[in-house]
Amino acid sequence: MALLRVQDMTHHFGGLRAVHDFDLEIEKGDLRGLIGPNGAGKSTIFNLITGMYTPTEGTISFKGVSLLGRRPYEIAALGIGRTFQNLRLWRHMTVLDHVRLAHYSKIDYGLLDAFFGTARWQRGEKQIEDLAYELLEMMGVQRFAHEVVTNLPYGVQRKVELARAMAVEPELLLLDEPTAGMNPEEMVEMMGVIRQIHDEFELAIYLIEHRMKVVMDLCEYIQTLNFGEVIAEGTPEEIRDNPVVIEAYLGEEDEG
Amino acid sequence: MAPIMKTIRNNSFLQGVGGRLRQAPLLGWLLGALLAVVLELLVGDPVARTLGMDRAPALFGFRVMLKSPVLIPSALVYVVLFYALPTMLVAGFTAGWMNKAAGGLLGVSTLVSLLVHLGLLYATLHLWGTLNDYRVLVLRLAFISVIATLSLNVVNGYLGEFSCSHPGFMALGAYVASIITVLLFVQDDVFGSPLLPPVIGPFAFPIALIAGGLAASVGALAVAIPSFRTRGDYLAIISLAFTFIVKSLIENLEVIGGPRGFMNQPQWAPLPVVFVAMVICVAIIASFVRSTLGKATCAVRDDETAAGHLTINTRRTKMVAFLFAAFWAGVSGGLFAHVLGYVNPGTFGLLKLTEVLAMVYLGGLNSVVGSIVGAVGIKLLQEILRPLEILKWVVLPVIIIVFMMVRPTGLIAFTEFDVKQILRPHNSQERRGG
Repeated sequence: MALLRVQDMTHHFGGLRAVHDFDLEIEKGDLRGLIGPNGAGKSTIFNLITGMYTPTEGTISFKGVSLLGRRPYEIAALGIGRTFQNLRLWRHMTVLDHVRLAHYSKIDYGLLDAFFGTARWQRGEKQIEDLAYELLEMMGVQRFAHEVVTNLPYGVQRKVELARAMAVEPELLLLDEPTAGMNPEEMVEMMGVIRQIHDEFELAIYLIEHRMKVVMDLCEYIQTLNFGEVIAEGTPEEIRDNPVVIEAYLGEEDEG
Repeated sequence: MAPIMKTIRNNSFLQGVGGRLRQAPLLGWLLGALLAVVLELLVGDPVARTLGMDRAPALFGFRVMLKSPVLIPSALVYVVLFYALPTMLVAGFTAGWMNKAAGGLLGVSTLVSLLVHLGLLYATLHLWGTLNDYRVLVLRLAFISVIATLSLNVVNGYLGEFSCSHPGFMALGAYVASIITVLLFVQDDVFGSPLLPPVIGPFAFPIALIAGGLAASVGALAVAIPSFRTRGDYLAIISLAFTFIVKSLIENLEVIGGPRGFMNQPQWAPLPVVFVAMVICVAIIASFVRSTLGKATCAVRDDETAAGHLTINTRRTKMVAFLFAAFWAGVSGGLFAHVLGYVNPGTFGLLKLTEVLAMVYLGGLNSVVGSIVGAVGIKLLQEILRPLEILKWVVLPVIIIVFMMVRPTGLIAFTEFDVKQILRPHNSQERRGG
């Protein structure tokens, strides 16, 4: 059984057809890419999977459970972590708090424990904090643990966001342009981190990227999206030489 | 200011004093304040008379200064003689001892250290109040404001919504708690003879307060259900409407006095009761906002979408925080009613709202210490400026406006409340260790 199965997913924003008849199957440990020109509907697909929108038509299931009608926090708790294209960090909070908060669904103490600071609360918080430090160490950002995120360099912020997504303890990780805005050095480092978490946790990763180098190097299988429809899919080699893909991208450049 | 600072920096004696004072831990300052208050209690009145005042000035001489400017020097001398000088001397000279004591206390346990500090603080306030009943009233009202301010900070600061319903919650708490105590324990014209023996009344008072808080929470549900589906200005509008609905509801309920108000509440909220209630409130709210459950409110505030995608149940988080805040607003209302022994619906209108909002924003959003400082500060200012009569409502807003221009984020915004940090000894060794 596939980890994530999306069938015939279609979504309209009013009269605009953002995604049309989209199919996807991701198995445990897959590393897949989704490319396409701006406005092709890539982020919409992520938002549909994570429950921000409900698809107009089609089905989505994760580990055999239908995700339709579930709220984002439930879907995330099932084991789908994600990052955002334009870094949605909590601007007043520290790096450590970011990662701690993503353990929210696993909190085993109640409100009363939090009010009165019981032993159970202390134990729970300690556990969450230890897990958070572990993740920060893995991403190499533990020395920023007590910094407020807005004071940090962009590359570090990206890693914090990734650490936060990993704190959900996902089986599937959706990365929306993980190297956007990075310099080449940071990009190579980020690619290393993605590969590392993929290998270490047997994680399925589905990523949107604009940089061909990143997708071609990382992904085993790539889909190309244009105007909400998959126009080509295959291995990196097949995509690289596909005339339809080249046209979609060149067309975009003409317009720009 | 600059030349004075320079003189201070160059003067080795003052430098030494400054250094010593910086090394004094909170414990030393509290001890100094306690001794200062004892000194005032012993010789405050006679000295004040020698200085030309009727008696020891009630609130640090400000009222005396405003009433008769001739006495400004006397009042200043009094403040320096009885408050500044003794406190600083004791704090400075005992710094070494007190650091050892503070370290020792923290070594035993944070709770023991906290209780010792609170005990010293209460003793100081109690003795300070012995000289003048007016001081006790101001303290009680200030502590009640702390509860109301802190609870509003949970919504406006931590949750990042703009709520105007706090006067409504306070009114609900005040009336429900009052009805319970008067109905059960007091001989009253409307409610008749007490249903329970009045002897057990003071022990049942906490239950009445909690009932008032819960009533406010139920009221909060009525605001939260329609307005928490989305974010933005809806809550501000609906909550403002709520305040007016509660107010006119009470005005139209003749059985509880309507616009004339409701009286006969037993005086069950003396200084120790209000103090303990405030300490419990601060402890619980501080504990909540430090927990991961509580911090989820900040995540919802900073980016609700991201919070939802990281397993945070955003709707529940908002509900819990709002009802929790309303509960404490209700408790503060109940205390308020039993301090004054009288409430009327007019108290819980726009003026109250403005007062609490000013306390929250002046003290600083998202900060427990900020709310305490803001509430006590504005309450004291209000009382200090009372001799100006109607002009008070010009001077006070101007002070707040100027202050907010200088510090737009408020005094102490976005800080975590760390008890250990506040109680720690101040010698350099300890700082490195901790």
